[in-house]
Amino acid sequence: MTISDPYAPSRETTEGTVFSVTGGDWDSLVQEIGSTKEERVVVNMGPQHPSTHGVLRLVLELEGETVTEVRCGIGYLHTGIEKNMEFRNWTQGTTFVTRMDYLGPIFNETAYCLAIEKLLGITNDVPERASVIRVMMMELNRISSHMVALGTGALELGAITPMFFAFREREIVLDLFEMISGLRMNMAYIRPGGVQQDLPDGAIPKIREAVAQMRKNFKDNTTLLVGNSIWLKRTQGIGYLDLAGATTLGITGPVLRSTGLPWDLRKVQPYCGYENYNFDVITADTCDVYGRFLIRMNELEQSLRIIEQALDKLEKLQGAPVMVADKKIAWPAQLALGGDGLGNSLNHIREIMGTSMESLIHHFKLVTEGFKVPAGQVYAAVESARGELGAHVVSDGGTRPYRMHFREPSFNNLQATSAMSEGGMIADIIGAVASIDPVMGGVDR
Amino acid sequence: MSDSGMFGARGTGDTSGYGGLVRTAASAGSSERPFGGYFDDVADDLERAYPEFSTAIERVVVDRGELTLHIKREKLVEVAKILRDSLKFEMCMGVSGVHYPNNVGRELVAVYPLLSITNNRRIRLEVTVADSDAHIPSLVEVWAGNNWHERETFDMFGIIFDGHPGLTRILMPDDWQGHPQRKDYALGGIPVEYKGATVPAPDNRRSYK
Repeated sequence: MTISDPYAPSRETTEGTVFSVTGGDWDSLVQEIGSTKEERVVVNMGPQHPSTHGVLRLVLELEGETVTEVRCGIGYLHTGIEKNMEFRNWTQGTTFVTRMDYLGPIFNETAYCLAIEKLLGITNDVPERASVIRVMMMELNRISSHMVALGTGALELGAITPMFFAFREREIVLDLFEMISGLRMNMAYIRPGGVQQDLPDGAIPKIREAVAQMRKNFKDNTTLLVGNSIWLKRTQGIGYLDLAGATTLGITGPVLRSTGLPWDLRKVQPYCGYENYNFDVITADTCDVYGRFLIRMNELEQSLRIIEQALDKLEKLQGAPVMVADKKIAWPAQLALGGDGLGNSLNHIREIMGTSMESLIHHFKLVTEGFKVPAGQVYAAVESARGELGAHVVSDGGTRPYRMHFREPSFNNLQATSAMSEGGMIADIIGAVASIDPVMGGVDR
Repeated sequence: MSDSGMFGARGTGDTSGYGGLVRTAASAGSSERPFGGYFDDVADDLERAYPEFSTAIERVVVDRGELTLHIKREKLVEVAKILRDSLKFEMCMGVSGVHYPNNVGRELVAVYPLLSITNNRRIRLEVTVADSDAHIPSLVEVWAGNNWHERETFDMFGIIFDGHPGLTRILMPDDWQGHPQRKDYALGGIPVEYKGATVPAPDNRRSYK
């Protein structure tokens, strides 16, 4: 009775008929599935699916279009970053962590560096200018990350224009990152003890210009989506998760704040001097996808406010150091733009090669061996764009981490998929997953 | 440990610090009262709410402004429930494993960072088990969000969380052999030749101590 379909061959198993869909004629596939007596259909969505937000695999049990069970399959992007870091020195670790959650590199680096600084006992020795630059970079990063969340989230629900606007804004931020650190993504810019290098000349006016431009641009997506009746129908009351559910699942970030709880580590457990900035914690009380969308939209303005305050502080701190004074920890490189790209400045080369043997030894030792970190363990957390990003770092007193573990908000929050989607329609899973905003690089590490 | 100076020069004038791939376990002492800050309150509240405090808790360590309670594994679920219900540690931020192959009989450690939203406090629980008997009771019934974290720690360290609803590998493929984050699991890699010189694989490079 089976119709032979070259695009969807079927085979019988003890669990029922299995169809392998490879494209082609959907009509004949639907006809074939309809010919079986089975009400319950198990569908594999992803890991190569345009709407699952990266290499996420969703195993869905469906009755008609109603989802009865969802299971996530992850691990497709596991790269063993935590293991690899045990074989590199502490400074080299920044180049690894920055690649975990690739939409929030600055958050990864900051959490990692705050943990190392806590282990070293130099938290209070990090220069103020370095902390202000970190705050500014984190907030810029929050904007670029939220832009991807909004843009791809809207795209996955079928709206393409918001993505064009969102990626236009993200581009502005990535250009700033390139100007400041030399790289658009994966910058390894935040280093233990401070930041890799100071802001380039003329950076502050350029960032101010970009802030004004973004403030103007953000209105486009607001007019397009806030109150849009199609958007409301796809997001309101979808992906419901209340405070009790969020608490027991350990959910943080915009998803937790969409339950009405104003929990933001920047306010309640400030780090990098966040207590010195004026900003509001945005909440919603709808517990749904629309609430999370509104939170992200409104957090953009708060980030702009923080960036402006950071720029004011940076103007007052002109010329101040951006790395701890301890020469046994501070990376010795004095970088400058050369004819062949970024490299050590000629003055620094002249000093270590010509006049100071000690500087040369320091440079060599720190670059080859790295510095030692006293034995012990710490947990340092930052409020990333997706929630609490915690770094659990164990040192045995050597020049490399003994054990590194990241408590990734994407990894943790993705567990809420089942609670948000079961009992709903299959099309609403997409909205629910998009509102969690998981980044698979962070989930799988 | 008697390291001195950042570059580890001891006795001889050799400052290279090269010590081969020797990795020792972190030292562990316990702290005396007062612990400082809210840590005394946490300890007092726990003692009041949990009469078996002295038998269930092996050590209390305060280090770098963080409180760690070392808990006997048989009592872990009891203590966790009291911490959640009476001391308002509503959230568990997961579990992280650490492997100390030289600590015979106490090779595997599970570390649970807890967060209290009500009181804005953080503490940490630690449970130590032997490699030959790597079983720890699951905390999924206390904090449902520990589900994936425990699966990850099982996947990476081989710690078996008894009572977990579905303890399977999560990041590695289902048929994978071994537990990658353990210290006896090699990183792998091959030497790379570049301009006539050979750069060894990362786990065969020098380790400075």
